[in-house]
Amino acid sequence: MIETSTVETEAFEVNVGPQHPSTHGVLRLVLKLDGEKVLSAKPVIGYLHRATEKICEARAYFQIVPFTDRLDYLGSMNNNWGYCMAVERLCDIIIPQRAEYIRVVLGELNRLASHLVWYGTFALDLGAVNAFLFSFRDREKIVDLLELYCGARLTYNAYRIGGLWMDLPEGFLDKLAVLVDYLEPKLDELEDLFTGNTIFVTRTKGVGVVTKETALAYGLSGPPLRSTGFRWDLRRDRPYSVYPKLQFEVPVGKQGDCFDRYAVRMQEMRESLKIIRQCMDTLKPTGPFRADVPLEVKPPPGEVYCAAESPRGELGYYIVSDGSVKPYRFKIRAPSFSNLCIMPELLKGVTVADVIAIVGSIDIVLGEVDR
Amino acid sequence: MEQDPLKTYWLKVYLWLQGLWLAKGLPLWGFELITMVLVPAAIFGFISANTMFLIWLERKVIGRIQNRIGPMLAGPRFLGRISPWFGGLLQTAADAMKLLLKEDILPARADKWVFYSAPVVVFVGAFMTYLVIPFGQGMIVSDLNIGVLYILAISSLSVIAIFMAGWSSNNKYSLLGGFRAVGQIITYEIPLVISILCVAMLAGSLKLTDIIEAQRNGWFLFALFPVFILFLASAVAEVNRSPFDIAEGESEIVAGFYIEYTGMRFAMFFLAEYASTFVAAALAATLFLGGWLPPVAVAPFTWVPSFFWFLLKTYLMLVALITIRWSWPRPRPDQFMEFGWKVLIPWSFVILFLTGLGIYSNLLWLVSLIFLAAILGAFVAHRSGLAATTRVQKVTI
Repeated sequence: MIETSTVETEAFEVNVGPQHPSTHGVLRLVLKLDGEKVLSAKPVIGYLHRATEKICEARAYFQIVPFTDRLDYLGSMNNNWGYCMAVERLCDIIIPQRAEYIRVVLGELNRLASHLVWYGTFALDLGAVNAFLFSFRDREKIVDLLELYCGARLTYNAYRIGGLWMDLPEGFLDKLAVLVDYLEPKLDELEDLFTGNTIFVTRTKGVGVVTKETALAYGLSGPPLRSTGFRWDLRRDRPYSVYPKLQFEVPVGKQGDCFDRYAVRMQEMRESLKIIRQCMDTLKPTGPFRADVPLEVKPPPGEVYCAAESPRGELGYYIVSDGSVKPYRFKIRAPSFSNLCIMPELLKGVTVADVIAIVGSIDIVLGEVDR
Repeated sequence: MEQDPLKTYWLKVYLWLQGLWLAKGLPLWGFELITMVLVPAAIFGFISANTMFLIWLERKVIGRIQNRIGPMLAGPRFLGRISPWFGGLLQTAADAMKLLLKEDILPARADKWVFYSAPVVVFVGAFMTYLVIPFGQGMIVSDLNIGVLYILAISSLSVIAIFMAGWSSNNKYSLLGGFRAVGQIITYEIPLVISILCVAMLAGSLKLTDIIEAQRNGWFLFALFPVFILFLASAVAEVNRSPFDIAEGESEIVAGFYIEYTGMRFAMFFLAEYASTFVAAALAATLFLGGWLPPVAVAPFTWVPSFFWFLLKTYLMLVALITIRWSWPRPRPDQFMEFGWKVLIPWSFVILFLTGLGIYSNLLWLVSLIFLAAILGAFVAHRSGLAATTRVQKVTI
């Protein structure tokens, strides 16, 4: 290089969002750009803030379940689950085995649906439209099944403190078996579309690399953490429910780039199917689906932190009880929020197109970030 | 050049009308003046109707791919009742009508005249290329002896229009889109020109009708297979279509250069995009698939009007482009430039050299065959590599 350019250039700021096709809700990213290159990125959040934590502190324990639905609206089952589990641990409630198995099936179905939405929107972010509709075609079938169980397609409100709101309806298991058989080849189909596509691979390989140390320092969890090669899944490492009895792998990546995050999620969907298959046999004989718990539970004074592995990572609930029917303090540790924190570091020096790929691959849900 | 007397209806109609006109004792210049107005008007009408049909077709084709049926309500209902794949024929007309009625917004502090003229420039550029497209035997407005060169020159106008739009909108996204478009179109023009050069070398002419005539003994697709691939790749980039639509980049820079355009000005960009896509497909059909020539010059095929063959081939190309468009992700702009400069342009020179060598030594078929084998081999290697990577993942993960 003889001489660097003498043309004077000027950095300019671009607001990506809150209204932008690829920010998955109302995330606003303030990008400082030098041409296509990002000099600095600052996520601005709070557009969806509903003060959920404060509202929940003014509600009885059983009234809080529907509020957890609205945190991460793609993983409602897992949100319910984490909350119910926290209260159950606070009150020392043992719930029936059958309820646990149903919870696992519903939760894993929900994880599948959530990952399918992620697959579709990630493809859309990268500019491929067909994949979006293919994934939604398959998700539709899952959502139909969940609707059969609880009547809702997105905000399920299906788990109760001490169990579930009702037993599996008639024909649910048959439909579940059909669905699982249907999804298995469809996942291959979805993966065929992208895993070997040169454009896709060049877009994602080596883009947005997170090292193990950075990931841990920022408190990442879920697929973004596992993609770095760190094997951490609450279902395995802080076992809850009947997960210890089930056989499943925890997929991890190698480099922690966008492609690994993609691969980890694709693999997780297969593992979810595997888990559901294992639960199906145990669900055939009927039994109690709910422990004998009063509607208005009054936990003893104390505190509890309980986390579930939601599709996005570690979803934790910290509840302080003063012995009344309402929680004294209700704090949610949202995985999307922690995963979003790494953005400023991750987005420095990449191009605009990569920003979209990275944000898409981290998979955030703004309902959970803002709460 | 041998003219098939049965096929030159349009020339015959023209001469017949001219005869009528002259029989009335009217001056010849009057007739020419009228045709000078009527023929462009007819072409314009065809382009508009064709573009609208093309947009409808695209929506139906992607509907088929994506497990849905696409537009159904606008247009004659009975067609939809016959089969859902015929429904909604007038959807684009309805959309255009709606866009006509929309407010025409000028963004604050936009460069007014540049902003207003950009869609006109892109529209004119896209539609002027139709003048030299041979729709059928004798169905060509102006059979220029530099027809291919003319198309290249006129279609390069679009980059100016896109940059005008990007610059004048006073919007950062459109500025980014403008930057991207300029880089992209300049890059991909080089392989495009080289691929057309190969065709011209073989045909010995830049005149489109001559190029078609030269394919009477076999389409250039077979003789120039690598060139065809080169042409397709660069033509898709040149007309700014997905997967190479980095200038629009809907999910990144929202709509790129036309983000600020509303109403009919937006529609003009939209129509121009489809019009130039049609030209790219028509050019591919003309240069490589024998244009209006029937696939085999035997009885039942030769009875079919020549423009039917042309449209059939063009639409086949279009359906292929549509399928690619909606399935593939978009490359990153810098990777895309890299591909253009470091892969496509060097390879285009190699292909040019080999084509020249092939023409000189009469071994063109060998070059084509080797390339076909190479591409097939690469594809097979890629597929097996893909299988290997998935296997690796399944093991290590």
